[in-house]
Amino acid sequence: MKRKKINLNLLVGCFVLLFFLVTMVVSFFYTPYDVNAIAVSNKLQAPSSAHWFGTDPFGRDILSRIMAGTQTAFFVGSVVTLIGVVFGTLIGGFAGYVGGWLDEIIMRAIDALMAFPGIILAIMIVAVFGTGTLNTAIALGILATPGIARIARSGFIQNKQLEYVSAAKSIGVHPLKIIFREILPNIYSPLIVAASVAFAIALLAEASLSYLGLGVQPPDPSLGRMLKESQEYLTTSPWFTLAPGITITLLVLGFYMLSNGIRDLTDHRSK
Amino acid sequence: MTYVVRRFLLLVVTLIFISVITFLVFQILPGDPVRTMLGPDADEAQVETLKQQLGLDQPGHVQYLHLVEGFFQGDMGDSIRFSRPVTGLIMERLPITLSLAVISLIIVILVTIPLGIFSAKREKKWSDFFLSSFTQLGMAVPTFFVGMVLILFIGMSFQFFTTGGYVPWSESITGAIGSLILPALTIALPQIAISFRYVRNAILEQSKLDYVRTARGKGVSEAIVIYKHVLRNSLIPVVTVFGLILAEVIAGTIVVEQVFSLPGIGRLLITAVSYRDFPVVQGIVLYIALVVVVINFIVDILYAVLDPRIRLKS
Amino acid sequence: MRKRWIIFASLLIMSLLVSACSGSSQKGEKGEEGKSEIKEMSVRINSDPDFLDPHKAEASLTFRMMLNVFEGLFNPSPDGSVEPAIAEKYQVSDDGLVYTFTLRDEVKFHNGDPVTVKDVKYSFDRLMGTGTGQPLSSDFVNVEAVETPDDKTVVMKLKKPDSTFIYRLTAEQAAIIPESNDANQNTKPIGTGSFKFVEYNPENNLIIEKNKDYWKKDVPYLDKVTFVFQSDNQSALLSLQGGQLDLTDIPAHQKAEVEKNFTIIEQENNSVFLLGFNNEKKPFSDLKVRQAINYAINKDEIIEGAFSGYATKLGSNLSPIMGKYYKKGLEDYYPANVEKAKQLLAEAGYPDGFKTTLTISSHAELYSDAAQIAVEQLKKVGITAEIKVVEWAKWLEDVYGKRDYEMTMIDFTGKLDPYKILSRYVSTNKSSNLMNFNNAEFDKLMADVVLETDEAKQIAMYQQAQEILTKQAAAVFIADYKTLWGMNPKVEGFKSYPIFYMDMAHMKPKQ
Repeated sequence: MKRKKINLNLLVGCFVLLFFLVTMVVSFFYTPYDVNAIAVSNKLQAPSSAHWFGTDPFGRDILSRIMAGTQTAFFVGSVVTLIGVVFGTLIGGFAGYVGGWLDEIIMRAIDALMAFPGIILAIMIVAVFGTGTLNTAIALGILATPGIARIARSGFIQNKQLEYVSAAKSIGVHPLKIIFREILPNIYSPLIVAASVAFAIALLAEASLSYLGLGVQPPDPSLGRMLKESQEYLTTSPWFTLAPGITITLLVLGFYMLSNGIRDLTDHRSK
Repeated sequence: MTYVVRRFLLLVVTLIFISVITFLVFQILPGDPVRTMLGPDADEAQVETLKQQLGLDQPGHVQYLHLVEGFFQGDMGDSIRFSRPVTGLIMERLPITLSLAVISLIIVILVTIPLGIFSAKREKKWSDFFLSSFTQLGMAVPTFFVGMVLILFIGMSFQFFTTGGYVPWSESITGAIGSLILPALTIALPQIAISFRYVRNAILEQSKLDYVRTARGKGVSEAIVIYKHVLRNSLIPVVTVFGLILAEVIAGTIVVEQVFSLPGIGRLLITAVSYRDFPVVQGIVLYIALVVVVINFIVDILYAVLDPRIRLKS
Repeated sequence: MRKRWIIFASLLIMSLLVSACSGSSQKGEKGEEGKSEIKEMSVRINSDPDFLDPHKAEASLTFRMMLNVFEGLFNPSPDGSVEPAIAEKYQVSDDGLVYTFTLRDEVKFHNGDPVTVKDVKYSFDRLMGTGTGQPLSSDFVNVEAVETPDDKTVVMKLKKPDSTFIYRLTAEQAAIIPESNDANQNTKPIGTGSFKFVEYNPENNLIIEKNKDYWKKDVPYLDKVTFVFQSDNQSALLSLQGGQLDLTDIPAHQKAEVEKNFTIIEQENNSVFLLGFNNEKKPFSDLKVRQAINYAINKDEIIEGAFSGYATKLGSNLSPIMGKYYKKGLEDYYPANVEKAKQLLAEAGYPDGFKTTLTISSHAELYSDAAQIAVEQLKKVGITAEIKVVEWAKWLEDVYGKRDYEMTMIDFTGKLDPYKILSRYVSTNKSSNLMNFNNAEFDKLMADVVLETDEAKQIAMYQQAQEILTKQAAAVFIADYKTLWGMNPKVEGFKSYPIFYMDMAHMKPKQ
């Protein structure tokens, strides 16, 4: 017999995310310096014991801004995932459960949406509703919906044909009850995996949008915006680029590992 | 045959859908192309005259129908921002974006397939674990951050790489490669990570099947087992992934063109949106959708070629 | 069999690497040879021209390039005055109503045709929309008639005297173009300037070449100039260091990286960077509130933070570059003083400050930089300003067009004519009075100065106008920032103008 395999992905993923969650919670009460306070005379300091990650061109403490930046990141990620999962499951579940020509139409629309590079849609949505943290999150949430809808749909189609559903149908259980009580709990795990991937992608997309100047706006600290602001200082003050860049990477990595970990876990169980 | 007709109709419907959405979005967008171009010194008389001359004084739907009418005659209209035909503008930039996409895809394929085979062969060994973790990292890094780091550590140290700007192929082949390789690498990195996992898993699944065991049992050499049997039969999921990736690669060019100041389609699109240049946005959006749909179509055809059991049906 | 494929791939990669190395050495050699005698220059421009047709164009970046191609009856000169160009001399009647211009001999368009009085009349008719009813400018509504009594003379009759009239006769506002090129002016522009237009490649470059028949015989020196469009500062800097560019503006904080190997030129912009408020809206309709904000803002800190110190502090809506017109001593009329600001706010009825928004455009990093600093300064006196970043197109529509804003930031680019700069604050000037400033004394001064013919009196009136803007706290006039240019050290002859004009005619290899 093989020894029990440690789920390293889950372990590391959880650890990384826990670390950032704690950082975020702490940042609500304490940051080493005021996040937005400007001290021009103190600008572009290299990392030191006073400023662990150095200071930016306005003399603001980069560590404090990164800590506050995790708030924005978690906020955007949560809103995106929430929108994606709720609407994705509703649309995909409906299409999968009802089937027929309605399913066909919905899936064609979703295909059309997915045939379209997401960033372009995001650019247009942001252009209409204006920039800002919440608008960015909503735009990205709309983008996350079709992918999750597909997953939900295939889950519903698979489960619909199973005996327990037809049994429930035959004894006249209300369709809504079947959907929420019977099918949904059974496609729970792929949805959780999809949600954590959506969270990771949302963080990256927010960074890209902010980099293009279309995402989170000042003075809200955003990791993506910090990266954009740092671009001109790349050669002279590399820490300004590296600190937010590495933070985003770790954060996204945490969510990817979490999703893989959950997937491994459920795969094992099903075996 | 009916399949092809069906697909074609679907394509037309998709394009119409996207065109109408783009138009509606532009109806809501605040801002006026002429004023945005002229800036805060604009003269009222001048703005009015220019709008008349450009046909922008007409209601939105009239302008749109006019544009659609032109479409059927093969004319995508003129850019407001650049006062020249949209088709020409897109064609000028196509070589840049296309080279970028193709080079990235080549990098992805060249790296992924050998790496996937290598990793699959060493399933559950440390090297496999390291590769898997490494690719997760690759997916987690924001593309533009990779681009900036590449500029900082590689672009600045070697004369060969042009960082910021594009050298046309006609001018110098090495120059063109020098200006495209870093951005292409930037786009490729996260895609390598995604496709690597697919290739690895596909090969793993295949190599556990009976026929592979039989082949091994018969004493067929490992190389032949892998390359002749396993790889060929793993190609279907792999082709799917490369199809998906190409759409991502095209999207990736938008951000990367910005990081490396390459005058490609993505940059044109961003300029066009910010200047409310509807004909250009419409042209590019339809163009990208067309490319993505056609690629999906090719992927479907490839399925049938690779596996005769698959019939082309909806 | 598959192994061969892998070998092939690795060979391919290796050959690429080899060609890479050989490629780089070639590039180095070529670069050094080419630089021995400079005949061509590449100049970076931040973004594309709006229109190539000079009558349709308005963006200052367009004229930074195209003033090399076009001329008016007058040309701008580095000291801010105008000098005769296509017009060799001119006379003004005693009542100031009739301007008589004599055309210079031997001025030719780039297509070889001589400039005739018909072309001059055509150019003005086109601008004024005479006959077509489609004016391209409102600068000449005061012109009664343009007449051509003989083939060397153009007479312009005004409805009422206008002391600022000749400032409007440069190519920026009234380029002289040939009638024969009417339909193609926006695709193949033709002018009389020292350089001819060659081609324009959107988002890539605009190329001009030497005009061999230019009426000034000793210029230009260069054969060809390529204006390269690059919006990203970092890439531009890399291109300068890599030799692909000869001249680019650089962010001030990167001066140290450039100054070792390149010539650095500091250019005064003649622009006015300001924090403006909607004078019609509460609480900004109250003078005390406006003054309080003026005391709250520390201009030096913004200059240091947003411009790395490379800016000239202002006190009113005119830069010291405007020379004699500039009213000295207003820069520190409102020294940074938190206590004073709080006291004024309390007097105005806002002892605890108030909440407001600061709407800025996203098209230049400058605005968000300065806004972040200003918001922190306002916080200290109790004013909570939320930054709202909008696209340039939206800013122009909502803020500039509809005046739907509370506070904003903008950089007004300079003009040669002080009247044009200051007339923004005239209450009847609805389209460009961004701040909704309304002051009867100011309006009267500006109406009178147009009619005034005595220069000393004009100067006094312009200075008084600036003083009113400061005392009425029409806005927080922050700074005229300097542009730093990094230039190939083998070139000399950079000329600075108080408008956006990159004069390429005098650029030449360093002796």
